[in-house]
Amino acid sequence: MPKIKAQEQLPKERIHNFNEVSFGYTLEEGQKEAERCLQCKRAPCRQGCPVGIDIPAFIALIKETKFLEAAWKIKETNSLPAICGRVCPQEIQCEKFCTLRHKDEPVAIGRLERLVADLEIEKGFKIPEVRKKLKTPVAVVGSGPAGLTVAGDLARRGYPVVIFEALHQAGGVLVYGIPEFRLPKKIVQAEVSYLESLGVSIELNTVIGQTLSLDDLFKEGFKSIFLGLGAGAPVFMKIEGENLNGIYSANEFLTRVNLMRAYLFPEYDTPVKRGKRVAVIGGGNVALDAARTALRLGAEKVYLVYRRTEAEMPARQEEYEHAKEEGVEMLFLTLPVKFEGKDGWVEKMVCIKMELGEPDETGRRRPVPVPGSEFSLDVDQVIIAIGTRANPLLISRVPGLRLNERGYIKVNERGRTSKKGVFAGGDIVTGSATVISAMGMGKVAAQAIHDYLS
Amino acid sequence: MNPAKVLQKEEIAPGIFLMNLETPRVAAKAQAGQFFVLRVDDKGERIPLTIADFNRKEGQIVTVFQVVGRTTAKLADLKVGDELATLVGPLGKPTEISQFGFTVLIGGGVGVAALYPILREFKKAGNFTYTIQGARSKEFLIWEEKLLAYSDKLILTTDDGSKGRKGVVTDPLKEVLEKEKVDLVFAVGPSMMMKFVSEITREYGVKTVVSLNPIMVDATGMCGACRVEVGGKTYFGCVDGPDFDGHQVNWELLLARQRMYCDEEEIARKNNA
Repeated sequence: MPKIKAQEQLPKERIHNFNEVSFGYTLEEGQKEAERCLQCKRAPCRQGCPVGIDIPAFIALIKETKFLEAAWKIKETNSLPAICGRVCPQEIQCEKFCTLRHKDEPVAIGRLERLVADLEIEKGFKIPEVRKKLKTPVAVVGSGPAGLTVAGDLARRGYPVVIFEALHQAGGVLVYGIPEFRLPKKIVQAEVSYLESLGVSIELNTVIGQTLSLDDLFKEGFKSIFLGLGAGAPVFMKIEGENLNGIYSANEFLTRVNLMRAYLFPEYDTPVKRGKRVAVIGGGNVALDAARTALRLGAEKVYLVYRRTEAEMPARQEEYEHAKEEGVEMLFLTLPVKFEGKDGWVEKMVCIKMELGEPDETGRRRPVPVPGSEFSLDVDQVIIAIGTRANPLLISRVPGLRLNERGYIKVNERGRTSKKGVFAGGDIVTGSATVISAMGMGKVAAQAIHDYLS
Repeated sequence: MNPAKVLQKEEIAPGIFLMNLETPRVAAKAQAGQFFVLRVDDKGERIPLTIADFNRKEGQIVTVFQVVGRTTAKLADLKVGDELATLVGPLGKPTEISQFGFTVLIGGGVGVAALYPILREFKKAGNFTYTIQGARSKEFLIWEEKLLAYSDKLILTTDDGSKGRKGVVTDPLKEVLEKEKVDLVFAVGPSMMMKFVSEITREYGVKTVVSLNPIMVDATGMCGACRVEVGGKTYFGCVDGPDFDGHQVNWELLLARQRMYCDEEEIARKNNA
């Protein structure tokens, strides 16, 4: 028996709105899906979960229709299940190890997680009892997945935790990057409010490195600091014409639409250009998010331009399928080489075709240009989604904080940096990765901070 | 928390407002040449404004802005006691202050407010400060007395000649470049003015620093909306600037990028009316 399908908005409808694509399971569907679980003693699925959720246990509770109990079981190790149930790449994590994958399809662990997490949000959170209040406050810099995880884990252990966030809303990439149709902002707000009910406090509009330094935080009495800064700085292609009007980084395009709600302009004040013929450069989740956002803003044609092939795309399978259904046109083995414009606005993108050569350091075959294969596309908007790098704003100003050769923070296997009392995790350590890998590192760092302070 | 309360609001020239804001953490760190980002309300846009003055002890900063679009119009409508939805800063790198020698400081329009703390630091650092202030007409000349307090010489220009010299700031600039050995020129104001200033000083080989004001969103180096080209390389105005070498700036690009949302500004204006 294959996975139970979750109902979705039809592609032709959903490209006209920003509502969530998947409706998720109903309780009945979830219970039926839970019955597929073999309850393996060895629970191979658990080795695929960076935050160590007791997967068979929560699925068993769903099977018994103890839905809220299932949510509480997940919450023992994961404070953000409604987020993870939506954005984790389960196919390369828990579901990859499911015994059923040998027979037909793995259990839809992600959808089950989402189901019970959403139910708990609807019914009201159960706030776990926090043991004695400790007197060693911890500062968390950045309110993305890593920072929220550290904050939740430490708050539950009784630490006073303050999160410092540069933007005006908590959530980091969950609110500025991932679009509403994949992760509704009210879900992020609900899970953030759960952390606040654990006693975590959040100071918005505070840029550590500008408003306050790390030393200021230690002077204010924090005994340990976690840096979950994200890999915030956009990478551009460094090709001719890239600064023409109409060419955005994915970070800017998505921040305008998601955090600033530019899709609701002029009700909201922040504008965004609505391209008719849009090219998105890149092959990851961010590129797909940008392409699908451009469609929803009314583009007639959206190209996804990727220098490798479908097989090498780092994007989640489900999102790639969604993008194809919605009509995003994939141009594989294609590399932009320059942009041409008129009166300051982009009009044309010149590309060259690529072919796959020898494997590179990532093990993927290296794309190489095919001589003489240049062609051009008429475009009025381009979104560059080829990755990010470490934002040097804070980390270049911390004496004694060692960075690796790529500019990210150097840590040991427990998240400890070269500076005493300072820990780090998430994209600022690994470079662009996933929400769940950042959360996994947050969990490890929270334990390390606890050991450091004990 | 970071409060951002309006303590004082005053229209100091037609459509130009001074606002005194209570924001202790920002005031504590503010330095000449830096800016902050604000959002008036929950539907508001993030815009950068200049830190025109600050009082660390009282935890206050002063900004001066001209009503040009929806956000500045909303800002001008706030009353004393109101809170801004967002105030974050100080942002950008402080202006490099040093004993340069004979300095010419040029402020155009509302840019004079941004110039003031820089002028004060230049003077304190022992520079000779030759200040040129330009405006459309006399009612738009702001902070003349404040500039005077730190200027060894202050020249006023107005487009219509209603006060000071009739003409633009580049006229007295050329004269002083002819007469004196100028060590540094600092200019802040409309991009077109800074461009013309830079073109003139290039002929005289005098180092010129300009304070750019590209469109920004987060203003912490995260989005690249504020890309500027300087010496053929792309920089982010928010974290690499706002000060750059005026001779190296690609002015055409800056001017084009500042016009990126002209159509949307028109829609917003109609929507407001």
